[in-house]
Amino acid sequence: MHISFLNHANGRYFWVAIALVGASIVAYLLQEPHQTPNGGTWLGYTLGTMGALLILWLIYLGRRKRNFAAGWGTVRGWVSAHVYLGTSLLVVATLHTGFQFGINVHTLAYVLMCVVIVSGLYGVWAYRTYPEARNELKRSQTLDDIFLQLEDIDGQLKRDVSALAADIRGVVSSAIDRTEIGGGMYAQLAGVDSSKVMIDGNVYPNTDQVRVVAWLVQRLSLAEGSETGKLSAVVRSYGARQKLLQVIRSDIRFQALQEAWLYLHVPLSIALLAALLTHIVSVFIYW
Amino acid sequence: MFEIAVIGAGPGGLSAAARCAELDVEHVLLESSPKIANTIQKYQKGKHVMAEPGILPLRSPIEFDAGKREAILGNWETGIKTVGVNIQYGAEVKAISGSQGNFVISLMNGEEVLARHIILGIGLQGNPRQMGVPGEQSEVVQYTLDDPGEYKDESIAIIGAGDAAIENAIALAANNKVYIVNRKDEFARAKEGNLNLIMAAIDAGTIECYYDSSPAGVEALDGGDFPANLLLKTATGDAVVPLHRIIARLGAIPPRKLVESFGIEFPSEDQNAIPALTSQYESNVTGMYVIGALGGYPLIKQAMNQGYEVVEYILGHDVKPADNDLLAAKLNGLPYELEVDGVLALMQERIPVFADVNALQFRELMLDSNVSMPAKGDVIFKQHDYTNTFFTILEGTVEIEVNPTLRITANAGSFFGEMSLMSGRRRSASVYAGPRCIVIETPRRSMIKLISSVAAVKRVLDETFIVRTIQQKFAPDTPIEELQPIAARAKMHQFQPKEVIFKEGDEADTLHFIRNGSVTVSIEIDGRDVVMSYVPANTPIGEMALLGNTTRSATVKAAVKTETISLDKESFSLLLERSAGLKERLQAMVKDRHEQNVALQSNSESSDLMSFLMGQGLGEATDVLLIDENICVGCDLCESACAATHDGTSRLNRKAGPTFAHIHVPTSCRHCEDPSCMKDCPPDAIQRGGLGGEVFIGDNCIGCGNCERNCPYGVIQMAYKTEAPSNYWSWMLFGLGQKPGRGKAAVVGESSFKQAVKCDMCKDQSGGPSCVRACPTGAAMRLSPEDFVDLVNVVR
Repeated sequence: MHISFLNHANGRYFWVAIALVGASIVAYLLQEPHQTPNGGTWLGYTLGTMGALLILWLIYLGRRKRNFAAGWGTVRGWVSAHVYLGTSLLVVATLHTGFQFGINVHTLAYVLMCVVIVSGLYGVWAYRTYPEARNELKRSQTLDDIFLQLEDIDGQLKRDVSALAADIRGVVSSAIDRTEIGGGMYAQLAGVDSSKVMIDGNVYPNTDQVRVVAWLVQRLSLAEGSETGKLSAVVRSYGARQKLLQVIRSDIRFQALQEAWLYLHVPLSIALLAALLTHIVSVFIYW
Repeated sequence: MFEIAVIGAGPGGLSAAARCAELDVEHVLLESSPKIANTIQKYQKGKHVMAEPGILPLRSPIEFDAGKREAILGNWETGIKTVGVNIQYGAEVKAISGSQGNFVISLMNGEEVLARHIILGIGLQGNPRQMGVPGEQSEVVQYTLDDPGEYKDESIAIIGAGDAAIENAIALAANNKVYIVNRKDEFARAKEGNLNLIMAAIDAGTIECYYDSSPAGVEALDGGDFPANLLLKTATGDAVVPLHRIIARLGAIPPRKLVESFGIEFPSEDQNAIPALTSQYESNVTGMYVIGALGGYPLIKQAMNQGYEVVEYILGHDVKPADNDLLAAKLNGLPYELEVDGVLALMQERIPVFADVNALQFRELMLDSNVSMPAKGDVIFKQHDYTNTFFTILEGTVEIEVNPTLRITANAGSFFGEMSLMSGRRRSASVYAGPRCIVIETPRRSMIKLISSVAAVKRVLDETFIVRTIQQKFAPDTPIEELQPIAARAKMHQFQPKEVIFKEGDEADTLHFIRNGSVTVSIEIDGRDVVMSYVPANTPIGEMALLGNTTRSATVKAAVKTETISLDKESFSLLLERSAGLKERLQAMVKDRHEQNVALQSNSESSDLMSFLMGQGLGEATDVLLIDENICVGCDLCESACAATHDGTSRLNRKAGPTFAHIHVPTSCRHCEDPSCMKDCPPDAIQRGGLGGEVFIGDNCIGCGNCERNCPYGVIQMAYKTEAPSNYWSWMLFGLGQKPGRGKAAVVGESSFKQAVKCDMCKDQSGGPSCVRACPTGAAMRLSPEDFVDLVNVVR
């Protein structure tokens, strides 16, 4: 039960990766002492060919995961191998360079590869962290459920304030109308809340609904007679609304953090493929 | 005096009357509604009607072929005009008296019709229940609604609170002012989906509801904006509602009562029972014949063939039934020099369990069955196979291997395979063919139909089931004869879901063996029921306390509808005496259970999760898709994979369905042990098969939607077949076509129609279920209830 891609087949690909890394290091250390480590030695070519084939295979995951009719293993197994063998590439390719770096297309390919792998490692962490955090945050409900609750509470608040004084009506409905959820990439990743509220004709920031709650509490202290009971009900409902918005905002932020790395990982893989081809072609031209 | 009066102008009745007309027999066709084929008239516009079973030839003076509802009805109307059928519309039958040669049919409108013979083809829909108030015959009152789109800007009252009433009210509310009149203060009978819809509509004010109200009359109005007033008795006094239209959806009066009042007998109280008929469709009332759905033949073509045949029989002509050639082909190769009827008679004579079945039913059974002659030593089925057909032995013997040390020989005339038939579980033994054996294999559905209509078959099967169960589970080395007295004292019990079988602290006096269904075992901790474990069918329960001679240590409740066989204390002691080693084996089982209980008891979260899973009806599942929300990243590759491998429609909805802790139950087929979807499938298109036991829908689905309605878990959809998915590389590189497994797929062809689709556990895919194989993180898993204990016990 509960076999994730990390412990797929008892971590088979972890051990494969370890063996690959170990063998590469041993071969590197044992190579003929008078040879300068370089991509051009027999070991250099071996490691380079292995690395290039690995990269092609790693990129092929994009095809495999959409090839739904394929009987060849499970996507979980592929992802497991992708993660472990992809990480091992860091060692294999570094040994292939022989630690010779420069300002050229060869090093560009290497750097792109490192960025892709590091973004992938972040992805592993994100996939193991955020789904659980989001599920706990939402207490096993879906985001759609929570939006429905928000809709209900908004309707409830609008009905409740309709019997109250005009200033309360104005502030609460403007706070509801000017509540912002989501936004651009940065707003989602950083959890920026640009909600506003209009009080006495002026528009104020209303981040996390703090401003409107403060105003309502202040207004409650001035309330008299039957207004007190009705207004305190509104304050309570508003507190619940504030909590729901926090959950929604956090969930959107977590989701953005969970997915954002793919926007680096995938395009840079394509860039890496281009740089890799250039690297290989140029090496053979200038041989 | 007519020679033949046909009652009911459905497919069977039309065919019968047309045959009479063709042969110039004096006849009348009585139809209660104003049109022919009332049931088919009620299908939605443009519905595709299929002509299953495809292999059966049509034999009727009027045409019938698969096609659109309108075309079929049109053909029939022309057909009866051409041959000159004498049809009376609006002729609802109230009563029948007299006997063959002199029947008197009294109609609701007071007329009487005299006939020598009667053919009943009134179907199963029954007549709509009337409002029973003055003015109910008024023109503004109707009992059906064909097309809600026909009505605009009207005031309409819907009478009734069932699903049909709610569906009509919701559909009409889009363009009309709708009132719904509910006799009670809630919509208790409605499905949950409909309940939510109607409550939302009432809250939003789009439908006005009169609760605790019943109609008192309909009053026609002259002039004015509204043609009638509906008078209502409400809890707060009388009300008058001016209206354009009243639609009464009060359900139907089942035809059985009416049919019984004609003198026709049903063999049992079972609601699925069909009247006993001769092979010529004659009922116990001489001269009164029954055809079509009422006689147990729900398909259009069968009914039409019977209509033709029954007229021939009445006239004394010797015709072979339309299925004769089919049966002849089936029985071809048997070592008998006999006609079809002769072979069938021989079978009934040789196989006692079929002896009391009437000839017509047996013929139907044989049409569904297969006869085979396996060579000696051939495997008929293997232990743990997921098949559930029923076998009878016509000749020779078979070897039943219960376990490596116990082989029983079954002789000609006996039967096997009844354990899986009854419990819906895997085969409990392997069966091998003996020398020169001939076996008849009958599908589960046909057997279930037979069991519900022939009491003798049920009794024989039950008795055998009990004694074989006792032998297999408790006393494998004891001969059947010695176990007979114990079996005779055993009792059968039925429990509804959540019904208590026994309670913690009760005195232990019986042992239960779960025949079908499943149970949960719970104990009370701090006043709360904590579920300890789940026990599937084919397992004994309650043996702990009997062995230890103590009180019950836990409460056992039915998880789903469950049947058990119970043995009292004395029988149990007798059994222990007669079967060596039984005590030790039971003790070992008890020890295992104790260990399991301790593991669960220490973790109340596990127990809550178990209760949640049972609450979702997973106790009757055999294989269910669960998603671990802690590692699901919401990529929906599971849905895409399902759609891509199944004609463009995903059979699972990942987001839908409840979640408890981190376990999510998406809306997807759980392949129930006793599937509700299979209960009422006219062409028998839903099958269960293979080693995985998957329940799947075949291509011969006629799109009736019964299974969609019968599934309590909402996992069956009606969908069009779609085009093959586009090419991955042209999508990836050039953005051409649809994303694999996504996007709206195109409907193929003009004549396409919706068929029922559901999870088939990817039986045609190598490598297993594509949802699980496509999951990149391992969040999707497929489990059977036996694995739940492991699932909930994983400490994370």
